[in-house]
Amino acid sequence: MTRPGLLAATILSAAGLAASTAAAEDLTLCWAAWDPANALVELSKDFEAQSGHTMNFEFVPWPNFADRMLNELNSGGKLCDLLIGDSQWIGGGAENGHYVKLNEFFETEGISMDDFAPATVYAYSTWPKGEPNYYALPAMGDANGWFYRKDWFEDPDIQAAFKDATGRDLGVPETQMELMEIAQFFQGREIDGQTRYGVSIFTERGSEGITMGATGALYAWGFKYENEPGSYDMEGAVNSADAVEALEFYKELYETATPPGYTDSYMEQSLDAFKSGQVAMAMNWFAFFPGLYADPDVGGDKIGFFVNPPQKVAASTLGGQGISVVSYSDKQDAALEYIKWFAQPEVQQKWWDLGGYSCHVDVLNAPGFKDSAPFAPDFLQAMDAVQDFWQEPAYAELLLAMQKRLHDYIVADQGTAQEALDMLIEDWTEVFEDEGKI
Amino acid sequence: MTDSPITRVARATPPGMARQVRGLSDRAIAWIFVAPTIFLLLAVNIFPLIWTIRLSFTNFKANRNRPVEWIGTRNYERILTDSDIWLSMQATAHFLFWTIFFQVLIGFTLAWLINRKFKGNDLWTTIIVLPMMLSPAVVGNFWTFLYQPQIGLFNYVISFFTGVDPSSFQMIGDVNLAPWAIVIVDTWMWTPFVMLICLAGLRSIPEYIYEAAEIDRASKWRQFWTITVPMVLPFLMLAVLFRGIENFKMFDLVVQLTGGGPGSVTEVTSINLKREAFEKWRTGYASAYAIILFVTVFGLASIYVKALNKVKER
Amino acid sequence: MSAWSITEPTSRQKWIAGILVVLYAVITIIPLIWIVATGFKSPADAISYPPKVLFEPTLEGYVNLFTTRTRQTEEYLAANPPQTWYEEIVRQYDMVIAGPSRYGERFVNSVIIGFGSTFLSVFLGTLAAYAFSRFKVPLSDDLLFFILSTRMMPPIAVAIPIFLMFRTLGLSDTHLGMILLYTAVNISLAVWLLKGFMDEIPREYEEAALIDGYTRFQAFRKVVLPQATTGIVATAIFCLIFSWNEYAFAVLLTSGTAQTAPPFIPTIIGVGGQDWPAVAAGATLFLLPVLVFTVFLRKHLLRGITFGAVRK
Repeated sequence: MTRPGLLAATILSAAGLAASTAAAEDLTLCWAAWDPANALVELSKDFEAQSGHTMNFEFVPWPNFADRMLNELNSGGKLCDLLIGDSQWIGGGAENGHYVKLNEFFETEGISMDDFAPATVYAYSTWPKGEPNYYALPAMGDANGWFYRKDWFEDPDIQAAFKDATGRDLGVPETQMELMEIAQFFQGREIDGQTRYGVSIFTERGSEGITMGATGALYAWGFKYENEPGSYDMEGAVNSADAVEALEFYKELYETATPPGYTDSYMEQSLDAFKSGQVAMAMNWFAFFPGLYADPDVGGDKIGFFVNPPQKVAASTLGGQGISVVSYSDKQDAALEYIKWFAQPEVQQKWWDLGGYSCHVDVLNAPGFKDSAPFAPDFLQAMDAVQDFWQEPAYAELLLAMQKRLHDYIVADQGTAQEALDMLIEDWTEVFEDEGKI
Repeated sequence: MTDSPITRVARATPPGMARQVRGLSDRAIAWIFVAPTIFLLLAVNIFPLIWTIRLSFTNFKANRNRPVEWIGTRNYERILTDSDIWLSMQATAHFLFWTIFFQVLIGFTLAWLINRKFKGNDLWTTIIVLPMMLSPAVVGNFWTFLYQPQIGLFNYVISFFTGVDPSSFQMIGDVNLAPWAIVIVDTWMWTPFVMLICLAGLRSIPEYIYEAAEIDRASKWRQFWTITVPMVLPFLMLAVLFRGIENFKMFDLVVQLTGGGPGSVTEVTSINLKREAFEKWRTGYASAYAIILFVTVFGLASIYVKALNKVKER
Repeated sequence: MSAWSITEPTSRQKWIAGILVVLYAVITIIPLIWIVATGFKSPADAISYPPKVLFEPTLEGYVNLFTTRTRQTEEYLAANPPQTWYEEIVRQYDMVIAGPSRYGERFVNSVIIGFGSTFLSVFLGTLAAYAFSRFKVPLSDDLLFFILSTRMMPPIAVAIPIFLMFRTLGLSDTHLGMILLYTAVNISLAVWLLKGFMDEIPREYEEAALIDGYTRFQAFRKVVLPQATTGIVATAIFCLIFSWNEYAFAVLLTSGTAQTAPPFIPTIIGVGGQDWPAVAAGATLFLLPVLVFTVFLRKHLLRGITFGAVRK
């Protein structure tokens, strides 16, 4: 590295690369262990070849992901140089100084947030929400969607039976209530000599599962967190009559149309139920759709996809993450170099091709995008109407309260929907009072 | 403690004698030997304990860098009036009571049987002891597999003997069964501990007492209640004390088995505390909670030890 | 115990007692056998209904435990035939081995932290136990009680200030931090057990050595230590088993570099949910050392348990 030639080359490139090629670093990127993570490993090989840095990965299974990564950030750990953290962490990441603010870097490198879909920039990058302070680059667009057994839906015998039972034609549900009707129709039905069930939904207690699942119904009924955005005035919004109805709907769906034993199921269990042929429909994140479509048993012609059906309004629960540089890292320059590389349109295109969900407008608006995968149009449609949970720095407290109230009501069958939501307002009020926001 | 003649002689040795020997003085050696341990315990136990007490009067949150305020006893008031915390105390009490009940019952019976000294009892004792040596987290995690409604071995065995459909009940997912699911695994793991202590108790009973009873023509039944039980009782009570303290602290096994669910029916205090401290990051509040738990276990244990000493004196 | 003893159980009683105990032992060991067996099942066999007792053993679980795998295109698979037996196993699912998994590292962490803390707690514990046993340490009864009472704190409660302390000192997720922590937890039991063993060694030996011109320290090293070996070994095994099995501190205070196996094993996942054969394989390898210890050192171990408990 001390040879004059190399030194000169370094100085020359320093103008563009901010003195980053000085040393080959060992970078660690932390993310959840799931399908897209494997695609990212594949994609990152190009970065290793171009930059000379080595990429290591720490992938944590979803049920432990938030727990472990937030613990890591809060202990000021140096495990991760780059972190693809969940969208709700952005508030805490920014306010507690876990994430490096990227505005200056974006400016010097000419990375424009206008090149990324506005909904994703809003959700994954900004804090306070919607203001041009960026703490992450949108890395993985995602929303909660649905998929179904197309082969069963197109089976004439099943179609006839459905018509008999309901008087309607069997098809992709247009509303939440239709979804329940179809799910109940399939519940306990014999198909090809096996008992099948209606739908697999999220009911997990430990991390965020049941909240992410139930909000799919709540948002479709027009659920709002506050009467006025930013007012923390929740009475009448969180526990509105519509919200109560939506929650009762989700509980009924759980009780009448899910396979036995799905009391604590999240992504993996939902995939499992669908892949093993137990259920006719399932909810899950778009992130899994490429893998499902490629599945040898239930993929290809046998699977269809649809966006979270509206009831009163069209809305989907937001998933997805931005990529951030951890402020405790000693290798921030090399980490920023990765982000710079990742933001390039060509890399973003390859990211989508490999199974990641790019948020780059060049990729999403490309003429061939809608035909590039059967779920591509659905993805665009879902991302048009996404809603996210609180992204407050105290999000973990807010989420845990909701997890408890929902699981107590839906799975443990305690109290009523009205009571669950009333208690949730109490919990949340307490949190915001502690925060000094009310 | 062991006041043998030898030690008495040793103690009577004039202190000057030791001082005459070369090298460091005894007093210096004593301090050098004890100091590292005391220092480590001060650093890792006492200092943190004092810090926890301090924190418990603040609204500190370890994941935030906002100014910390003194809020007096507010955390304590909130905890003691929080109905959710009382529910988790109840879950702990249920777990404590039934695990101890079954472990004492089965453990004592096993010890009593093993004390019959049949051939090979050594080998079988070792096998019975195995579960308590293993990592509760790793084993607890595997029990979730045994408890799976359709494919799990536990449900299958139950259905084999009772005829119920193995997919008709969920040990972990059902509100009524989950509290028993954790009791079963804990009993499986820790009955051997109670058994070993009881065995030590049984073996400490001198043979001649039974012989004397035999001469008095006391029935076996009477011998059991008038000799065996009272003599083993102090040991049994010790075993209960240890199991009580351990299960009051219970975290790893239950967190792996049910995670506190469904709803919050198996959310024992340690899990509840973990959520407050390391998921919600309400450090001050959780510190107060920790102190309350510590005082509770310490208080209960002290009362219990007093009772135990009374039993011993008899 | 003479054969004439009137309290000796009859052979019929022995038979009944034996049968009942063996029955319990068999029931109690089934879950452990099931762990070992599941490690050698294929994923399909592991989740079959009814549960399979007889199956064709495979090393899939172990391969999955030690590797990470990715799906590959048919062209790639056709162009790169598998080179080794374990690649062949992975190929059944149209996958290729992408690299090693983290299990090896976690296991090594468990070894480093387990042995490190055991060594330290036995070393310090022996010194302290000797001092408590032989010298008049002021307030020694109070100190001993205090040392023990620290074990009454729930680990989660202890972890709150430790977490803050480690964060300030930069000990989070380090081997050193975990070794110190486990040592502090273990040392109370170590001192307590070892003091018992030391008390049983007659003082006359040392006094004789002192008169022969040994220094106190030499007497300790050359006379007392050799006699205390059994007790030290038994104590060491206890400390090792505790650190080996510990979960609560490990899950809260480590995230990667120093993470031990117990928090890691339950997070082993495969395609769609937990990969039970791999989890079982990981559990088997992890539990095996303790099982072996227990069986071979049962005399010391069982004595230690009752001794440690009863003396407290």
